[in-house]
Amino acid sequence: MLKLLLSRLATAIPSIVGVVIVTFMLTRLLPGDPAAYFAGLAASPQAIAEIRTKLGLDKSLPEQFVAYIGDLAQGNLGNSLSTGQPVVAEIVTRLPASAELTLVALLLAVVIAIPLGVLAAVKQGTWIDHTCRIVTTAGVSLPVFFTGLLFAYVFYYLLQWAPAPTGRLDVFLSPPTHITGFYLIDSALTGNLEAFWGSLRQLALPAISMAIFSLAPLARMTRGSMLAVLGSDFIRTARASGLSPRTVIFTYAFRNAVLPVITVLGMVFSFLLGANVLVETVFSWPGIGLYAVNALITSDYAPVQGFVLTMAVLYVALNLTIDFVYGLVDPRVRLDA
Amino acid sequence: MLPLLRHARYVLSENPVTGLAFGLFAMFLVAAILGPVLAPYNPMQSNAAMALKPPSAAHWFGTDQLGRDIFSRVLVATRLDLTIAFASVILAFLLGALSGVAAGYFGGWTDRIVGRLADTIMAFPLFVLAMGIVAALGNEVINIVIATAIINFPLYARVARAEANVRRDAGFVEAARLSGNGETRVLLGHILPNIMPIMMVQMSLTMGYAILNAAGLSFIGLGVRPPAAEWGIMVAEGANFIQSGEWWIALFPGLALMLAVFCFNLLGDGLRDIIDPRMRT
Amino acid sequence: MTAVPAISVPALSVENLSVEFRTRSGVVKVLEHVGFSVDKGETVALVGESGSGKSVTAFAVMGILDAAGKVTSGRAMFGGADLLALSEQDLAEQRGRELSMIFQNPRTALNPIRRVGRQIADVLVRHGGATRNDAPRAAIEMLKRVRIPDPERRAEAYPFELSGGMCQRIMIAVALACRPALLIADEPTTGLDVTTQAVIMDLIGELAAESGMATIFITHDLALAAEYCDRIVVMHAGHIVEAAPARELFGHPRHPYSAKLLAATPGETVSLESLASIPGGLPDLRRLDLPPCRYSDRCERRIDRCAEPLPQRTVGERHLVACWNPL
Repeated sequence: MLKLLLSRLATAIPSIVGVVIVTFMLTRLLPGDPAAYFAGLAASPQAIAEIRTKLGLDKSLPEQFVAYIGDLAQGNLGNSLSTGQPVVAEIVTRLPASAELTLVALLLAVVIAIPLGVLAAVKQGTWIDHTCRIVTTAGVSLPVFFTGLLFAYVFYYLLQWAPAPTGRLDVFLSPPTHITGFYLIDSALTGNLEAFWGSLRQLALPAISMAIFSLAPLARMTRGSMLAVLGSDFIRTARASGLSPRTVIFTYAFRNAVLPVITVLGMVFSFLLGANVLVETVFSWPGIGLYAVNALITSDYAPVQGFVLTMAVLYVALNLTIDFVYGLVDPRVRLDA
Repeated sequence: MLPLLRHARYVLSENPVTGLAFGLFAMFLVAAILGPVLAPYNPMQSNAAMALKPPSAAHWFGTDQLGRDIFSRVLVATRLDLTIAFASVILAFLLGALSGVAAGYFGGWTDRIVGRLADTIMAFPLFVLAMGIVAALGNEVINIVIATAIINFPLYARVARAEANVRRDAGFVEAARLSGNGETRVLLGHILPNIMPIMMVQMSLTMGYAILNAAGLSFIGLGVRPPAAEWGIMVAEGANFIQSGEWWIALFPGLALMLAVFCFNLLGDGLRDIIDPRMRT
Repeated sequence: MTAVPAISVPALSVENLSVEFRTRSGVVKVLEHVGFSVDKGETVALVGESGSGKSVTAFAVMGILDAAGKVTSGRAMFGGADLLALSEQDLAEQRGRELSMIFQNPRTALNPIRRVGRQIADVLVRHGGATRNDAPRAAIEMLKRVRIPDPERRAEAYPFELSGGMCQRIMIAVALACRPALLIADEPTTGLDVTTQAVIMDLIGELAAESGMATIFITHDLALAAEYCDRIVVMHAGHIVEAAPARELFGHPRHPYSAKLLAATPGETVSLESLASIPGGLPDLRRLDLPPCRYSDRCERRIDRCAEPLPQRTVGERHLVACWNPL
């Protein structure tokens, strides 16, 4: 088990190195003078020169890179121009909001897509199968920001079932005591029913918008994988041994079919983290996505750089977890490693 | 050629939806090429008196906050959106397919470098990377093309590499080498043309994604700027008015987006069925 | 292999079985009027070229035909009931308990991510051969029966950790766990090396003798069939062309096809040079104008009468041949 963990960690290191190099390059690729960008649009030449020395932008590129690594190691991602606050602090404050949204969306997608995929495979060729295909194809064609807007219009403006898309909690409610930063968990832990229900209502539309977007790859992969497994030799043996349909489908087929689905979760997360930015914009969700978008509008570069780096590191960590979980589930990988 | 057409007709008859996709594609092409000519109004013409009017006989899709005709804007936006998508797909193909076949054919360091590059790109959530690239390169349309191409690079490289690898020792490649062609010539003149059909399938499959990507970037304010007519930016403008009930400003460009992506997805599926049904999931 | 004297009611009696497959290019009559029987304790070989319909016959009897396949006529009498008429539920009760099947490619025929001991236990628990608590122990007992060394440790292994021969033993353990009355072995030794082949065949034979189990061996290897089986049934293009005791078939094949098959079989006394190939190939079963005898197109003994529907001629002690002009 430990060996598996270590070997997976080892593969993550080149990724982290690549991520750091790319994010470094992104800041130095700014057209014109990077110092001018970091100083802001309204800066005087003097201010720009100050920033240049302050951020070490006058040094050679390798020196800058070393300084950059040093900064990262100390958790220094620079300061935001508009607020003057350290980017790191602002990201850490906003991260739970994005994380909660993304994880709830993923949970929703998995809970819908996987049973749908299994059903479509078991009832291949029937109307269930075709409906599944159409729904998932449509889901992946819809731009996630458009879906979000549509939902906001229909469910909030027209039907008034959903609350106003103004953030994590209604303005009249106060957030639950901070333990994890996840409103759902915190309110559950402190028995704060009002906050729990309030957060859930606010989460509903954005999470559903994101979930719809990621239904397709999950359902399609589950269906394809399930079909492949159902046609395989060992399922034939299982049927020939008279095992009950439930045992055949769930204990034998599904457990094997779920393996490629775990692998596809990596790609799904890539989509979700991207969709996160768009959904946060539509619903004014106070996460790091909205933070970055606002920074972009005001040409505030340090937050954008910090955002890209954070998302990338998060993504590498997520992929690591997925790899590890896969190793736990598939003995062939575990015992060979 | 004839067997291919016959096979194409068989696939189309089995799968009428693909025929529908081809029809839609033709419609989009017409809109892209003839858009400005066909538009009933000048898409840039503002008319304060006619602002925020719902769909009517005069304005099929209604008007926006500046009184511009939305139908004309959606129609004309086709050109910009499809151009951006085509350009990024072709750029991704050039970058990805060329490095991919080189990696698959030569192996060794070429393979390692291309692989490392692709892996580094894939270590990022792709849309986030695109955001970072456009922010770094500058808020221009050309940078949207470049960013979208970069994030699609790994996919093309991977497919091209696999295909080149398979063909490396194939008969026709041997023959080309023996006829005295240099390695580059073999690569570009023989292997690359041979994998074109599969690359075309990839390209049409990623067109839909490229359109979504470009629209997403312009939705958050990157690349395309007002008053340009582009579907993503039009949805963004319309988003401000959703809460006050003017739904048509965001809806029609959004539907156009959806239809275009849907069309290209179906097209990609259909092309794949025609060219290589074994690739089906 | 000593033949147990035939008891009046055969263990399995297949009568007039016909199977069709729906394909893109039309309906294929894969099996036509297939009929044979297996007595209790008897070992029957079903032999023929690839594509002759041997496996399809087995799949039809077991009820595990592909979705495109359909049984259009016939009965499979087993334990007093017609297997082909049973509901899926009733059939599932029989499968694994009264009649079992083992397949070729043993490693892919086992669940790759489930310990082999548990796979045996699953069958035991399903058919009431053991309670949930006893099943692991019973599985280890079964492993001992199939002569797997160190059974306690091996029960915890995954198929990919075991050799092909071991996996085949596991499959046999799964199939025989509930002591069925009939075992169908579909090319069980293909892909195994010759020594292991012999070991597996011996094992099956011994286990069959222990419990008086009837066995059907599906194989394209006539030599193997001759060595281990009591009777041989020869199939060609979905028809049974000849059925006879093994020795009788080898000494006096009566169907032209059987004779050709024998002549093409390598053996100790036959040199490679003298091996004759069978001219022509299997007929295209999609054809609508197939003659009643599907071998007639490539048969050198064809006469005018061969255009008539096939007979079932008895030409000796339990020796049947479907031919108008037998040898």
